[in-house]
Amino acid sequence: MELCSFLTLDSFITDPLTYDFMRKALLMSSLVAAVCGFLSSYLTLKGWALMGDAVSHSVMPGVVVAYALGLPFSLGAFFFGVGSVALIGFIKQKSRVKEDTVIGLVFTGFFALGIVLVSKIKSNIDLHSILFGSPLGISLSDVKQTIFISLLVVILLSIFRKDLMLYCFDPRHAKTVGINVFFLHYLLLTCLSLAAVVGLQSVGIILVVAMLITPGATAYLLTDKFDNMTVISVLSAIISSLIGIYVSFWFDLETGGSIVLAQTFIFLFAFLFAPRYGIFKLKKLFAGYK
Amino acid sequence: MESINYQNFRIDAENICVDYNGKVALYDANLRLKPGQICGLVGMNGAGKTTFFNALTGFVNISKGKIRINGESVRSAQKDQTIAYVPQNEGIDSQFPISVWDVVMMGRYGSMNIFRCPRESDVQAVKDAIERVDLTDHLSTPIGNLSGGQRKRTFLARAIAQRASILLLDEPFSGVDIRTEKLISELFIQFKNEGKTILLSTHDMIHVREFCDLVLLINKTVVAYGETSEVFTPENITTTFGGISPDFLFGPES
Repeated sequence: MELCSFLTLDSFITDPLTYDFMRKALLMSSLVAAVCGFLSSYLTLKGWALMGDAVSHSVMPGVVVAYALGLPFSLGAFFFGVGSVALIGFIKQKSRVKEDTVIGLVFTGFFALGIVLVSKIKSNIDLHSILFGSPLGISLSDVKQTIFISLLVVILLSIFRKDLMLYCFDPRHAKTVGINVFFLHYLLLTCLSLAAVVGLQSVGIILVVAMLITPGATAYLLTDKFDNMTVISVLSAIISSLIGIYVSFWFDLETGGSIVLAQTFIFLFAFLFAPRYGIFKLKKLFAGYK
Repeated sequence: MESINYQNFRIDAENICVDYNGKVALYDANLRLKPGQICGLVGMNGAGKTTFFNALTGFVNISKGKIRINGESVRSAQKDQTIAYVPQNEGIDSQFPISVWDVVMMGRYGSMNIFRCPRESDVQAVKDAIERVDLTDHLSTPIGNLSGGQRKRTFLARAIAQRASILLLDEPFSGVDIRTEKLISELFIQFKNEGKTILLSTHDMIHVREFCDLVLLINKTVVAYGETSEVFTPENITTTFGGISPDFLFGPES
């Protein structure tokens, strides 16, 4: 790519669109980003960042086993994602080891199992694409599965939007007024596992946790309203995906890393300049000039 | 043989035990409260006050004993919105991006449809509740921007909007301003007249003498229970607080 092509913003944006794989990558990554961004508001408010990291890493053996058995990889991922959380809960309850330690050792154990399985099960699994994502090489069956899972998660989150908000905010009250907290807990975990599965196609297992927490954290700095937080989170996730893919196309960079870096930069921007909660509090700066 | 009519009791907890993974938090605790009664729950930190609340709301399961709410199970009390819990200010995330209106509306969730779409009656209940705690000027204020007292009133409004007949309040007077304290005491009198039953935990001995008809002193189990005038003695308080005299704990003025 010649640098002069940047001179027009128009061609910067439209040139990649002439490639089929780029159109698909942009669309699918935006969809995945939207789903992860939606979920992200709940995870950051619930304080489940570490849990998100754990679940997303733990799905690794599930993906490998599912591929080997010819099952939809979402099924395997879901099984191991929820399984890891159950195991974390069990070990925490039955031992004196502290929770963050348990989380750390369980998910690395699962992750290691996944890596060992990949090396043992000689199939056409591409370890690199699982670890670092491959939004540019997404297959048609993956597209169908991603759309299906994304819709499922969006529908579930939309239906139980308010209940999940209440669950994150005050589970005790939820329980007191007869709302099934147990169900909501596992609903959120299920959505987390599913989002991790679709997210890993974009940015890979190692970085998928960024998709699940960074947009929410950015939005949290920008608003005091839950609904706005969800919208900002989704938008910032989509924008990051688009920026990441374009930048990786023009500069020949790793796509997954670029997407996450874009998210990080947006977060840093909010961290510095958010009107109320930023370090420099833009509102005050502007007020000073008036 | 005379049979007790359990329907008369709003709360009837009989020999309840709660343990967390084998660690006993509360054992053989009893409590019976009728409509219109206000009961103070007094004990040290870790004496099982919050556990007692959790057992009554069904947030933790009891390992032994029986709890009847209006003669029925805790589960059906949850379904009927019978119990409202007003948390300690420290017990909630004050930075959660949510407004006063939204918090109070949560009091109505249990009686709404699955999408939690507010009906006209819900909106009215929320409006009325917010008016009763004098926060009408702060409908859309994020709870993070409220004072401790205003936040406490927000959660009281949620309990009012829920139209619960039993109110459980965890340290209702801690960290609140004089105005809120006065408003809460007025509300207590109104609640009492409406026949609501109130169980409140407090560290403040003056508040117990002022508001509570009954007092329940606990230290993992019931140390003493009965009319405040009879039970709330320096000896009982000393026993409850593990031998430390109330003067030392609360200063000579109490």
